[in-house]
Amino acid sequence: MAAWTDISGIRQRIADSSAEEVTASYIETIGKSKINGFTTVSEEAINAAREIDANGHEGPLAGVPIAIKENISTKGLSTTCSSKILQGYVPPYDAHVIEKLKEAGAVIIGKTNMDEFAMGTSTESSYYGPTFNPWDMDRVPGGSSGGSAAVVAAGEVPVSLGSDTGGSVRCPAAYCGVVGLKPTYGCISRYGLISYANSLEQIGPLSTSVADIATIMDVVAGYDNRDSTSINRENTYSDALKDDVNGLKIGVPEEYFGEGIDENVEKAVWDSIAKFEDMGATYEKVSMPHTKYALASYYIIAMSEASSNLARFDGTRYGYRVEGDNWHVMASKTRAEGFGDEVKRRILLGTYALSAGYHDKYYLKALKVRTLVKQDFDKALSNVDVLMAPTMPAPAFKIGEKIDDPLSLYLADVNTVPINLAGVPSISVPCGLADGMPVGLQIIGKHFDENAIIRAAYSFEQNTDHNKARPPEVE
Amino acid sequence: MITKEEVEHVGWLARIEIDAKESDAYAEKLNSVLDYFGQLDEVDTEGVEPTYHVADIVNVFRKDEVTASMPQEEVLANTEHKQEGNFKAPKIM
Repeated sequence: MAAWTDISGIRQRIADSSAEEVTASYIETIGKSKINGFTTVSEEAINAAREIDANGHEGPLAGVPIAIKENISTKGLSTTCSSKILQGYVPPYDAHVIEKLKEAGAVIIGKTNMDEFAMGTSTESSYYGPTFNPWDMDRVPGGSSGGSAAVVAAGEVPVSLGSDTGGSVRCPAAYCGVVGLKPTYGCISRYGLISYANSLEQIGPLSTSVADIATIMDVVAGYDNRDSTSINRENTYSDALKDDVNGLKIGVPEEYFGEGIDENVEKAVWDSIAKFEDMGATYEKVSMPHTKYALASYYIIAMSEASSNLARFDGTRYGYRVEGDNWHVMASKTRAEGFGDEVKRRILLGTYALSAGYHDKYYLKALKVRTLVKQDFDKALSNVDVLMAPTMPAPAFKIGEKIDDPLSLYLADVNTVPINLAGVPSISVPCGLADGMPVGLQIIGKHFDENAIIRAAYSFEQNTDHNKARPPEVE
Repeated sequence: MITKEEVEHVGWLARIEIDAKESDAYAEKLNSVLDYFGQLDEVDTEGVEPTYHVADIVNVFRKDEVTASMPQEEVLANTEHKQEGNFKAPKIM
């Protein structure tokens, strides 16, 4: 049975047996799972693996199974954003990242569960039902890429892709005890990612090791002229896999240790910073005064963009449709029945924030506050190499605990959303346990300086055992 | 404060049907979030430019070249509502 193997371990297993055998063993593991992390297992995965065996295992990911979040388009494979409104939708094309993964020989093994349209912090709002945290089946895996994180943590796949709009890769990585990277905005093409909030979201990898994150980034990052926000900038992420932080200057933003932080989370993060000191780094406290306004700014911008991006789901061309006498009735009934409560709330708030009389009060104001948040990062990162903070202020909460209180769910994102407003890269790595649940250390870098945060995370991983902690056996 | 009538109007703008019973519940939840958004009023943004795009990219153009398009049957593959190569929808006006 397959479990908790990194990419190098998988490649060795493939060399010893075959890609087909390895793929089959993962499919068997997924079939026995009770965490509800996958929405679809690809019927083509075995054929793809056979082809890779026949072609002599060419490519840096030859035969490596990878799971893909349900909002990234995969040709011939269901892509529904875990929403009723897109039930039955099968994209006729691959996202840019899927093209790159296939070129590298990866096997797309299936699609993973998520909060509907990536709107959430818990993966409870999926049309397919919640995903359960492999560390404690009564708790959420985080969100919105909860499926992508949980299946890696449970050993159902070695690596996965998620998307991060306000922390949706880093939050579930922290809650499930795996590594997750939100790259610099523009680093990875969003062509084929079904948009929720296009000025904030980035595709990002999840895995059990920093080395695997760098390997996936080497494959999927890069320029794509089909995404007008794609940045033309070459980088080799695996060059950063060096166990050396001597002289690294760390900034610790005091606002990220604010009211409501769990004391065990706080201790785990400070212990981690002390470990970095032992390894030759230095730290200083920094202030980012607009952090307290980032959450409101983020949600106004995200909801406004969502109200526009989700306008295309009207029952006309694909997905769910409720018939009506005219187009307006058809679309209004389709959207009322097809979208879940949280999606409707966000569309309504976004439409309100953009409507006549409120545009300047909410949307324009939020964009100006975004500038101030970004300036906080520019200033803090001008004196230090990286910033470090808790990824999430508390460990994973219980299923159902916050689902009826949207504001309390939004508040959980307080340490992750500023990063998306500023567009800087950030990685979450396991740094300990609080009440038996994983804690994530967030390492934030300058624009396009992924290599600094990968190097810091890799060194931390090499000198601690936190990433070796595994959830109890999932039957 | 957003009223239940405003919720119904925003629902009309957003093409999401909301009945009178639902609008009360929506108004309550939307108001708690709008109250939270109100904290931005205390931030001095005089003279601050809005950030639309963090990388400051403007005027992204590609070459105006004709390329192959997706076959019509693939474009229509995700709907049962089609006729003579077109999407079929109810009257708009």
